[in-house]
Amino acid sequence: MSDTQRGDTATDRTKTDADAESVDEEGYEPRDVFGTTTEMDLRAGADNCTKVGTCDAECPVAEVNDDFPGPQFQGPEQWRLSKKGEVEIDDSITECSNCLQCDSGCPSGVPFSEMHNTARAKYVLEQQPLSIKKIRNRILANYRTSAWLASKLPRTANFFMNNGAVRWLMEKTMKIPSEREFPEFATQTFREWWRERGGEATSKQRAQEARARRGETDVDPEDKRVAYFHGCYSNFNTTEVAKAMVRVYESLGYEITVPKQKCSGTPMFANGRVDDARRHAKVNVEHLGDAIEAGYDVIATCSSCSLALRQEYPDLFDLEGIDELAAHTYDAMEYLRIHEDLESELAGAEAGDFPDVAYHAPCHSRNQGLGRQAVELFEDVEGVTVTDVGDSCSGISGTYGWKEEKYETSMEIGAEMFEHMAEADAEHGMTECPTCSMQMEHGTGYDIHHPMQLLERVLT
Amino acid sequence: MAVAIDAEVLVIGGGIAGLSTALSAARTGADVRLVSEAETTLHHASGLLDVLGYPPNAADDGPVVDPFDAIPDLPDTHPYAIVGEQGLRDGLAMIDEVLGEAYHGDHTDANALVPTHGGTVKPTARYPASVAAGLASDDRELLLVDFERLTGFDAGVAAEHLEAAGIPAETNAATVEFPIVVRDDAKVTRYAHLLDENPTVTVNGREQRVRTALADAIEPHVGDAERVGLPAVLGVDRPAEIRAELRDRLDAAIFEVPMGPPSILGGRLEDRLYAALDDAGAEIESGGGPIVDFDADGGTISEIYMDRSGSRIPYAAEQYVLATGDVAGGGIDSDRAGVAEPIFGCDVPHPDDRYEWFESEAFGEHRFAQFGVSVDETLRPMGEGGNPEFSNLRAAGAVIGGYDYPAEKSASGVSIATGYAAGRRAAREA
Repeated sequence: MSDTQRGDTATDRTKTDADAESVDEEGYEPRDVFGTTTEMDLRAGADNCTKVGTCDAECPVAEVNDDFPGPQFQGPEQWRLSKKGEVEIDDSITECSNCLQCDSGCPSGVPFSEMHNTARAKYVLEQQPLSIKKIRNRILANYRTSAWLASKLPRTANFFMNNGAVRWLMEKTMKIPSEREFPEFATQTFREWWRERGGEATSKQRAQEARARRGETDVDPEDKRVAYFHGCYSNFNTTEVAKAMVRVYESLGYEITVPKQKCSGTPMFANGRVDDARRHAKVNVEHLGDAIEAGYDVIATCSSCSLALRQEYPDLFDLEGIDELAAHTYDAMEYLRIHEDLESELAGAEAGDFPDVAYHAPCHSRNQGLGRQAVELFEDVEGVTVTDVGDSCSGISGTYGWKEEKYETSMEIGAEMFEHMAEADAEHGMTECPTCSMQMEHGTGYDIHHPMQLLERVLT
Repeated sequence: MAVAIDAEVLVIGGGIAGLSTALSAARTGADVRLVSEAETTLHHASGLLDVLGYPPNAADDGPVVDPFDAIPDLPDTHPYAIVGEQGLRDGLAMIDEVLGEAYHGDHTDANALVPTHGGTVKPTARYPASVAAGLASDDRELLLVDFERLTGFDAGVAAEHLEAAGIPAETNAATVEFPIVVRDDAKVTRYAHLLDENPTVTVNGREQRVRTALADAIEPHVGDAERVGLPAVLGVDRPAEIRAELRDRLDAAIFEVPMGPPSILGGRLEDRLYAALDDAGAEIESGGGPIVDFDADGGTISEIYMDRSGSRIPYAAEQYVLATGDVAGGGIDSDRAGVAEPIFGCDVPHPDDRYEWFESEAFGEHRFAQFGVSVDETLRPMGEGGNPEFSNLRAAGAVIGGYDYPAEKSASGVSIATGYAAGRRAAREA
């Protein structure tokens, strides 16, 4: 401490002692030493870093790739470097898979997710030279667009996407690894099914019938309303997950609405396309916001979608209603846990012929503190065993494992999970995340289910 | 309308105090839930379980030989005085049972002296089996070995410090290349996983397993040393197997030297305690967000609320235990106006003048180091008037005030003793 500072402190103290009452009354007015924090000023986040290195120790990419500097560099150190002026973002930022294990592991609250997303966007939008890979990344990031196109001719798409010659060509031209099986497109999207079924009106009727059956005559119907954010994958691919959610919620007396929506932005964040993500977020915030205003809570069955709406949106965008949306968004299972007595509903219930499953908690579920809920909830259900395969990362991380140059890394990261799945006494798998599900199937050959499907089997 | 996630005993905090509480309650058969704001930081800890390393308020005295002998002299407000010697013994017995062969030290009341990565000697009551051969009281000649690119442990410096401290053993040091040339700043986990997996590497044109190659690199330095100390990176999953193989190849006892964070020894302890809690039937939820609010009715807490990105998630229980840590852990909060326990607003005794909270010397006897809730004989936090703040709230670990654990090296023991007692009591009343 310098003499001046010591002197200041002494003066301060005398004043405090002599005039304690008036200081108490008026309160202390802090002086903002660093100036007002602007939208993307991550100084506070960088300053929180104490360099213990937990992030690097927990990073699944650094574990298998010696050239990857790790999250401590990607986040706080790179941010500090970038304040030096002409220092560019290091291209290793594209090696990060956005699994967010660093985010959950940090003991000092460094906002890794926000830092990585910001740095990656800066790199992709301002520095990265145009290349086949860059174009491919944008196509992967905008999976919704490709899926929408494919859904127009799903059978043709399914035929071509897994045709050997087509896949060879895709690997050669687009650097999409030919080892991966393309997800099958549903012949009818979830939204088409929902419309054909009678949309909100049918849902309202079924919910009313269920409430009558359950003796919930005193329940205010306005308390049982949810807006479903299905995301892209359960709309275009695994529609059975979305349908299971609808049947489960309606059987518990919930009226469902399916607002207009676009991609949550997850694959866009991971590919640095914050520009695309923002465009989609605007639509989502507007339409989901309308539902919230009308008294609905938002639920999602995909863990990365719920994470995006809850955490990445308010971290990265300044849109009217974005905090409201974060506060009203829930994972579909989590929502039932805190609005129904699920424990009693499930205790002693029968799972029928539902197979035993090896359960993988997606990183993005663990990031929301939801990594154990599926295992816990199905504990007392008869006829099914859900075995937790531990907290390793599946390695696919959305679009990451869909890049030819990342395929090996992705499989190396996933090896631990594959091993634990093989050790578990089950020949099927379960997870909430669509791309973890792809990876689990790819690595083990198991059929992979969503917890909502097991819940549907037990409750309906 | 929300329905709370319920349990009989709800423990807030995932450190050693929360784990001890939840374990002790669950082992009586109670329905227990442990919630922690974030991932536990146990994997940052040394993995040593201390009880009382130094006498309180006597910085110049040497280490405590027998912590149990020192308990009668502790001030009445010290957590050990509150739970009593038997409370401490019962808590340790539970942890000894849970950790089994993996930990040593329960054969005696006396402290063991464990050399750590800087060459300082730490008095501790329990220690991992893997550090047992390294005790400073042992007079067998020892060799400390570090790896070329592994930061955080310098064998030469550590050996010099140990010699300066006058340990009875002749001490030497050596630096070797880790057989697989890993990056310059590889983390301890990387070395540990490589030793677990034991892949084949080519060294000087010969194909060898990593463990064999490591033993070959160390072998020329062993000389007459009867024990060899390595940085604590000897495996996450197969530590005993790795030590046994190195011992056989080097014909010397092998021990690990505890290191700073992130710590493999801390991580192994974390894995064991969480697995034991899972086996005991408790529900565990971590990373969901902080507890920010509660409802109470006539001095009895009915529900508490977790903040998960702005959503309020309700939890209910019959009994609650606060194991949220001290100022560093976030369990105690302070600002210019005063010091408080942030969730339930429990009273934290402290001087009004904040210039009395600390001393001018960095290692002085700071008052803030003892800030925490004061508890009654059943570990319920008390209000200013000396009555319990709530009928169904207890406290365990560093959130309790009245002792300075960094100075007296008592963090683990107090957490275990108060956690055991709070968990038992909460389970009985639930």
